[in-house]
Amino acid sequence: MGICDGILTSAVQAATESGASRIERIEVSIGELTEVMDDALRFAFEALKEGTMAEGAELVVHYVEARSQCTECGAVFRHDRFDPKCPECGSYVITLVQGRELRIDAIDVE
Amino acid sequence: MRIDIAKDVLARNDALADENRRRFADAGVFVVDLMASPGAGKTTTILATIAALRDRYRIAVIEGDIASRVDAEKISEHGIPAVQINTGGACHLESAMIRRAIDQLDLDALDLIIVENVGNLVCPTEFDLGEHAKVMILSVPEGHDKPYKYPGIFEISEAVILNKYDTRSVFDFDEDEFRSVVGRLNPRAPIFPMSAKTGEGVEAWVAWLSERIESAQGGGSHDAR
Repeated sequence: MGICDGILTSAVQAATESGASRIERIEVSIGELTEVMDDALRFAFEALKEGTMAEGAELVVHYVEARSQCTECGAVFRHDRFDPKCPECGSYVITLVQGRELRIDAIDVE
Repeated sequence: MRIDIAKDVLARNDALADENRRRFADAGVFVVDLMASPGAGKTTTILATIAALRDRYRIAVIEGDIASRVDAEKISEHGIPAVQINTGGACHLESAMIRRAIDQLDLDALDLIIVENVGNLVCPTEFDLGEHAKVMILSVPEGHDKPYKYPGIFEISEAVILNKYDTRSVFDFDEDEFRSVVGRLNPRAPIFPMSAKTGEGVEAWVAWLSERIESAQGGGSHDAR
């Protein structure tokens, strides 16, 4: 709910600043290591957008897979959250490159 | 017309969290955010922590709940300032709520604020409150498989309290399995098996917390009260 509120607030603010009257589409990127659930996000979006200038807007979600770089050998690899082990050298000393995004990318307005 | 925004969804929350953090730093107060499911023993853990540390530190509690003042009243009975935040349906605390709560406290007269987050293993993980440490409590009856179901909260916590440890013979809690999966999710977080109710194991938790308070305050303990 708070995440969805953040999305709508940023979208409405940007749309208002540009002088638009209506938001048609909101694009966001969500990392797969966040706790955002698709169903819950869409449910909250439908509930919260009512009565705002995003009332008729479509929410487009790009999910971002988790990728890390190995600090030992430099390899960049995709992993799930339970086994973040470098497939090249077996190290667990890694730095997350992507996968924790909660970002509003762009909006289409009229 | 397309407008590029490229902005973090939680930017507003994070900015207010930074403000809270500055106020805590200026006042020299350490803030810990306790997260857990409903019924894991958050309030009992807070009471046990207060009992162990009240002679050394000046403590206040911020109680987050969807509704009711039950927990804040329990804390106040022990002579500790408690501010209740009712989220009115929201499943987690946000930095703006903490800001309103700390306006009701005398920060300069405190060493430690314990925040009791809303009972939930999902949403509180994404929201920075400006705290120094997030700590989660898992209770034995909830089962050792919880980290598989709610990995995020284990990843983000700086310590994990395994509460109701005195009931482990009654439940099929596989402690080795639990330690192994938490170790993979978050190798740096210490695990404190304890029973807030009986007091077993509480010393290790409060020793860790005291160390964190001292290092945040730049060493040298304060004479409380």
